[in-house]
Amino acid sequence: MWIQLLLIAAIIALGIFFVRRPGSDSHLAMRRIVFGFFVVVAILAVLFPHAITWLAQLIGVGRGTDLLLYIVSMMFLVFVYTQFHRNAQMQQKITGLARTIALLEAERSAAAAPGDEAEKPVSPSDEG
Amino acid sequence: MVIMSSSDDIPAGAADHRTWVVIPLYNEESVIADVIAGLLPSFPNVVCIDDGSSDGSAAVAAAAGATLLQHPINLGQGAALQTGIEFALSRPDCDYIVTFDADGQHRVADAVGMVALARKDDLGIVFGSRFLDDRTKPGLLKTIVLKTAVRVTNLTTGLRLTDAHNGLRVLRVDAAAGVHLKQDRMAHATEIVLQLRRTGKPWAEFPVELLYTDYSKAKGQSVLNSVNILVDLLVR
Repeated sequence: MWIQLLLIAAIIALGIFFVRRPGSDSHLAMRRIVFGFFVVVAILAVLFPHAITWLAQLIGVGRGTDLLLYIVSMMFLVFVYTQFHRNAQMQQKITGLARTIALLEAERSAAAAPGDEAEKPVSPSDEG
Repeated sequence: MVIMSSSDDIPAGAADHRTWVVIPLYNEESVIADVIAGLLPSFPNVVCIDDGSSDGSAAVAAAAGATLLQHPINLGQGAALQTGIEFALSRPDCDYIVTFDADGQHRVADAVGMVALARKDDLGIVFGSRFLDDRTKPGLLKTIVLKTAVRVTNLTTGLRLTDAHNGLRVLRVDAAAGVHLKQDRMAHATEIVLQLRRTGKPWAEFPVELLYTDYSKAKGQSVLNSVNILVDLLVR
């Protein structure tokens, strides 16, 4: 059946996309192309409901709604990946911020209490 | 194999003022004081990076005499390590950086031996390895997981190490300057090997013993976490 070939191909393509290094510009462009395609198909499906059924039967899917479900599933995978990637980028930024705060704070307290480290007892008495 | 040398620059037992010990710290309130107290006679420069602990770890570490850095939120061990390395590199009195775990499973004597070896043989990097001798006895399942991690690390990095995810390492400042960890969580242990290899500095492994106390066993990484590490390394 055509639909099985198409779905497997789409899943493999997405899998490769997942693992590939994000050269962010081309990645973004690809995602936009995929979403643009999705929007066009959605509008066409609304305008010509029978066209979807015709297309579905052409590639071996019973009903147009089934084909839509498959497409939506693929889009969901794209969405999951996009969010994953975006979260990772956000995390990098937060890490950078938090690191800067930690380093600045250490600098500040060192400047506020010079020689404090030397005064610290090496073997403090047992804490309560 | 590698043997501890007696002809070190630093005489045995003397404090090493040119080395900074970097300890990522997250919820280790009950053991961190002992770890720091054990380190200070040999390494007076100890910096703990409190990674947003929810217990009293930060206060305990500061009271024990370590320099304290604090992440305002929890980011992960890799992030804490990177912060500590950057801090140590900013110190004018830093020649070597020792990365050390907060849970008390590393031996200070091993760290001393590793720094001595780095000085003697002019090495940029010394990796601690628990598999160079038979002192350390991880369980069967842990051995399988660790050996797999070693293979993955070696495949990814092109180095031939006998241990992976061992937190005890010695980095000379020029090697440490090449470390820019992006993996906030546990996958940094593979990432750091990769980045250190890219520095092209001479390296060696050093036999260390890991003290698997009941405490470290209870806290240690679960076997399932190796799945997370693999995914972190593969999916970008």
